[in-house]
Amino acid sequence: MLLQARGIVHAYAGKPALDGVDFALRAGEIHALMGQNGAGKSTLIKVLTGAEVLQRGSILLDGQRIRPATNREAQRLGISTVYQEVNLCGNLSVAENIFAGRQPLRRWTRGGGIDWSALNQRARTLLASLDVDIDVRRELGACPVALQQMVAIARAIDISARVLILDEPTSSLDSDEVEKLFTAMRRLRESGMAILFVTHFLDQVYAVSDRITVLRNGRLVGDYPAAQLDHAALVAAMVGRKVSTQSAAVEKESAARADETRALPVMSTHDLARRGSVASVNLEIRPGEILGLAGLLGSGRTEVARLLFGLDRADAGEIRVSGQPVALDDPAQAIAHTIAFCPEERKTEGIVEDLSIRDNIVLTLQARMGLWRKLPDSERIELTNRLAQMLDIRAASLDAPIGDLSGGNQQKCLIARALATRPRLLILDEPTRGIDVAGKQEIMNQLTQFAAQGMALLFISAEVDELLRVSTRIVVMRDRRQVGTLPGGCTEDQVYALIAAPAEALH
Amino acid sequence: MSSTARKVLSLPLFWPCATLALLIVLNASLNPGFLALDWRDGHLYGNLIDILNRAAPLALVAAGMTLVIAARGLDISVGAVVAIAAATGALCVSATGSLALAIVAALAAGLACGLWNGLLVVAVGMQPIIATLILMVAGRGIAQLITGGQIITIYYPPYDYLGNGFLLGLPFAAMLALAVIVVLHALLTATPLGLFIRAIGINPLAARIAGVRARPITLALYTFCGLTAGLAGLIISSNVKSADANNAGLLLELDAILAVTLGGTALTGGRFSLAGTAIGALIIQTLTSTIYSLGVPPEVNLVFKAALIFVVMLLQSAEFRASIRTLATQ
Repeated sequence: MLLQARGIVHAYAGKPALDGVDFALRAGEIHALMGQNGAGKSTLIKVLTGAEVLQRGSILLDGQRIRPATNREAQRLGISTVYQEVNLCGNLSVAENIFAGRQPLRRWTRGGGIDWSALNQRARTLLASLDVDIDVRRELGACPVALQQMVAIARAIDISARVLILDEPTSSLDSDEVEKLFTAMRRLRESGMAILFVTHFLDQVYAVSDRITVLRNGRLVGDYPAAQLDHAALVAAMVGRKVSTQSAAVEKESAARADETRALPVMSTHDLARRGSVASVNLEIRPGEILGLAGLLGSGRTEVARLLFGLDRADAGEIRVSGQPVALDDPAQAIAHTIAFCPEERKTEGIVEDLSIRDNIVLTLQARMGLWRKLPDSERIELTNRLAQMLDIRAASLDAPIGDLSGGNQQKCLIARALATRPRLLILDEPTRGIDVAGKQEIMNQLTQFAAQGMALLFISAEVDELLRVSTRIVVMRDRRQVGTLPGGCTEDQVYALIAAPAEALH
Repeated sequence: MSSTARKVLSLPLFWPCATLALLIVLNASLNPGFLALDWRDGHLYGNLIDILNRAAPLALVAAGMTLVIAARGLDISVGAVVAIAAATGALCVSATGSLALAIVAALAAGLACGLWNGLLVVAVGMQPIIATLILMVAGRGIAQLITGGQIITIYYPPYDYLGNGFLLGLPFAAMLALAVIVVLHALLTATPLGLFIRAIGINPLAARIAGVRARPITLALYTFCGLTAGLAGLIISSNVKSADANNAGLLLELDAILAVTLGGTALTGGRFSLAGTAIGALIIQTLTSTIYSLGVPPEVNLVFKAALIFVVMLLQSAEFRASIRTLATQ
């Protein structure tokens, strides 16, 4: 046992994030750490790498108790981390990045300074050991993300080559690049390194992992050999309920048949795709329907919404609005087609913080009316009053800055902004995130009402029970692909079964 | 502190107005005749009128700059654009003897410069400071090219009216600046343009997702900023009856940014005030008067101005006032 953690308890401001978690990592293994959002994966990694100081429990490296207080100290002990976002310097060369702060120096007899030829030679040897062949003098920023990831790994293993922690290394890579990364990981495993691997892609877990540790709500669910834990069991462990993969396929077909008989869809997509984002999405959203979009974190839910709203440009496939093919290169175009969108990132993509609540609500309507037609003040006040009352937006004054409101009320303002444009299709990305239980129920009741009035809704949520409560159909995403459609009234088990079904079973 | 007093103190224009009043009082105490106004030759005459007239080009340029800054941009080429417009106007009036043609040509030159800046920012995607740095550097060369390297002296009397004339007893240039600011303010409130500019300035990404088309708006703001610089160029060349490619509008971009800041517009974008900018321009011009009435030797003029600006900025800084307050209560 190379690295062992016992009874780790960790809390942020009194809120427990880890509650008595045990974890063991052996030399020469690739170990996947799995769990849903908030399961405690990041906290565990932070504790192991000294980014968070150990509060309770113990960490043993080679049987010796350690207590790293900083990332640097953990590195010195032999534990290196490569984070999801590559944090290297894009303006330095590949070799410089690998050895930044540790450059080989020339002897003073030869003038001192950095020994460039030794630096580059060592970088070449190191990268060759990972099967990477590039000009190490190239500027890192000009290299593809996958290569940058490799450089980050090279740097990490050169600093300390015993435990390597990879936190979602594949989230920005395409499938070829992922394969290259896995080859490098296997190579490192053979050299006796212990690798801890965090990912949201279920198929990838099985491609490289020897063991899988699952966390849920800050507690350890179990530590399993990968060969003995199938997809369904893994998802069941992650979400905390039993999952069967049998019934899903049948339901998928019957749902598809039921669809064909109904009204013209407000929006439909045909093989819509964007490289590195989502592959081949086929959706149909009809008036009066709430289409739920389910999937784990990173499954491509938000990416689909971005394509449908013109925030990202699709590079293959077709979008039709009311049967007509349309080009959506900008949100303004989607809005002109009476599509509305409530983004997931409320603060950065939704509200305009210093503007008043009223201005925030009318912004999209006013933008669609154009520069030369101003919404008259009386209408503006009447409209915002009506929407605020309908959605029960609680504010001291609607003329106060929106930044003063609570998260739930801000979310309602964004829904009000969408409704002000009288959309035919409303796309909601995680509209209930960060909102208390009562607020969630309120929002979902409203969505049902909108649908009853003939609006089409696309409802994206990580919480399957929410989706089931309101959706008339549910599309399930996994690993950035659409893996099936289920009718409304299906069970959570059926949704999880599709999420968990192994890739081959779907083709 | 009573609640009315607190309300007055928290008005957005309170501190710019207080600063201006303070400077005027300072000048009046240094120079007893400072506030005197005479009626001579059918118009008002005095130090205050001079300040109004001299502040006009700065106020115009700063008005354009306010909108650019409000939408998270910056235009440091305005001084050079003033030189180009001045050279164009002077050359045109000398060659053709037509005032109308000179005005059109100078404004067109300013407009074209603004459009160029806007295209670099919007279409090419350059950082505003770099995009406008290009014209800041090249602009003086272009002005030299237009004037043939000479200072063009203007002998055409009607041209003088722009910078030295009077309308209804007040300086024409000041009236013009006021008119531009009033019309602009009306445009910003009668159309949703003000709302869009603030949304772009506060959160460009959220504004885009809300459907605000930031690109044409940004392009228009840079173009307008070029136009105001063109107008300022006409006034300045008329005021001194010549066009000097090297010195017309020299460092005006910095004074304009300063006027915008003094008026309470956030340099980070979003919050802006045209009236504040106008007061800011008056503060800067009054400062210059103060320096003259104090009899500061020309060689330390700039150091003195900088020191005064430093004090003014401290007065306007909410953080500084808060720390003074905590010191006082301790």
